[in-house]
Amino acid sequence: MFDYNFHWRPVMKSLPDLLEAGLLTLQVAALSMVIGIVIGIVLALIRMHMRGPLYWIATSWVELARNTPALFQLFFFGFGLGAFGLHLSPFLIVLAGLSFNCAGYLAENFRGGFQAVPDTQLRAARSLGMTAWQAYTRIVIPQVFRIVYHPLTNQLVWAVLMSSLGMLVGFRELSGETQFFASRTFRIFEYFAVTAVIYYVIVKFILGVSRLLAMRLFRY
Amino acid sequence: MQETISFFSGFTPNDLWFLGEAALRTLWISALSISIGTVLGCAFGWMLYEGKLAATLTLAPVLDVFRSVPLIIQLVLFYNFAPIVGLDLDPFGSGVVILTIYTSALVANVARGGIEAVERPMRRAARSLGMSYWQDMRYVVLPIGGRAVFPAWVGVALGVMKDSALVSVLGYVELLKASQILITRTQEPFLILTIAGAFYFALSFPISRYAAKLEKRWAQ
Repeated sequence: MFDYNFHWRPVMKSLPDLLEAGLLTLQVAALSMVIGIVIGIVLALIRMHMRGPLYWIATSWVELARNTPALFQLFFFGFGLGAFGLHLSPFLIVLAGLSFNCAGYLAENFRGGFQAVPDTQLRAARSLGMTAWQAYTRIVIPQVFRIVYHPLTNQLVWAVLMSSLGMLVGFRELSGETQFFASRTFRIFEYFAVTAVIYYVIVKFILGVSRLLAMRLFRY
Repeated sequence: MQETISFFSGFTPNDLWFLGEAALRTLWISALSISIGTVLGCAFGWMLYEGKLAATLTLAPVLDVFRSVPLIIQLVLFYNFAPIVGLDLDPFGSGVVILTIYTSALVANVARGGIEAVERPMRRAARSLGMSYWQDMRYVVLPIGGRAVFPAWVGVALGVMKDSALVSVLGYVELLKASQILITRTQEPFLILTIAGAFYFALSFPISRYAAKLEKRWAQ
């Protein structure tokens, strides 16, 4: 039927390397999520409570991250900053690009989460003698976390998928590694088919773990 | 006779024309795949809703694959798979096929959500007024469910528009690829990337703002 001979042996031979690269993908995605969450919370709070230049910086960050392609953002950190003599390593390009993007998307999620917790709760906590910090970390954040938990999981999946763009800026995570091997052996289809399977497994793994975690965390 | 030869030439107004043409190609490929993908996606969404068990076992996992594998991998995979089965597709053709399927996979969920958003009693009322199944779909489910998920659909469409930048890996000269070509020639990454980014932003930002406004108005 096919006028093509599939050669899976080179793929199987480099499978350990691919799996290792898959781990790198997970790492860069997780790291960018952590950075994205921290910056996202800060951006959300700034947008809710402040006026003036800070507000405009936060707003343009969010709108830029949400309204331009992720690939454009990566290129910007990769080539655009080069115009100012700032040359990042491929790892840093991907990390910076993903963090920028995640922070922008998460800021909106967090804003929704913060707005869903009524103001009266914060005031009640303060009037019970809690400091602002205590009230936030013990009353507001746990409730916000429950609301943004599923968006967070989705964003982590997006981060994993987006990290595949690293292949276009020379970062050798799963996609970059695949590209590297594929161009050495010309077994492009076979390599990318296996990589697609690995991505699928990673995504399903993340979703499965998050579901288990949700059952454990949100029992009440 | 000591003349230095420059391999680079500056950014000229002509290049703006080149970028503009590329921007039109971005618009064309996204408009094509979004419109076909939406029609397909609505059909899939209806099947997911009506097919219950059969669809959950067959269609849902297939659509799930397209959401769990990075678009860039799908594109490379399909572009290299098409010749194996004897299809002669250029980068544009492969891009449209994959973007369409990708869109339909995302829209399917949105469409199903839309149908589910219409409460059962409302539909029973429509049927008991003598409407046929399709009349009920057309005059009750479409206006009410459509409103409920219209913002989500706009989000998907804008996402696909931004993701169409990835077709550049196949060699289709859309906006981001064109800007890369220009960067190689002019060595002015910052200026050119800003122009390209501004185009995406100018397209995406007003539409997402408008959708958010509609959502707010309809929520009242």
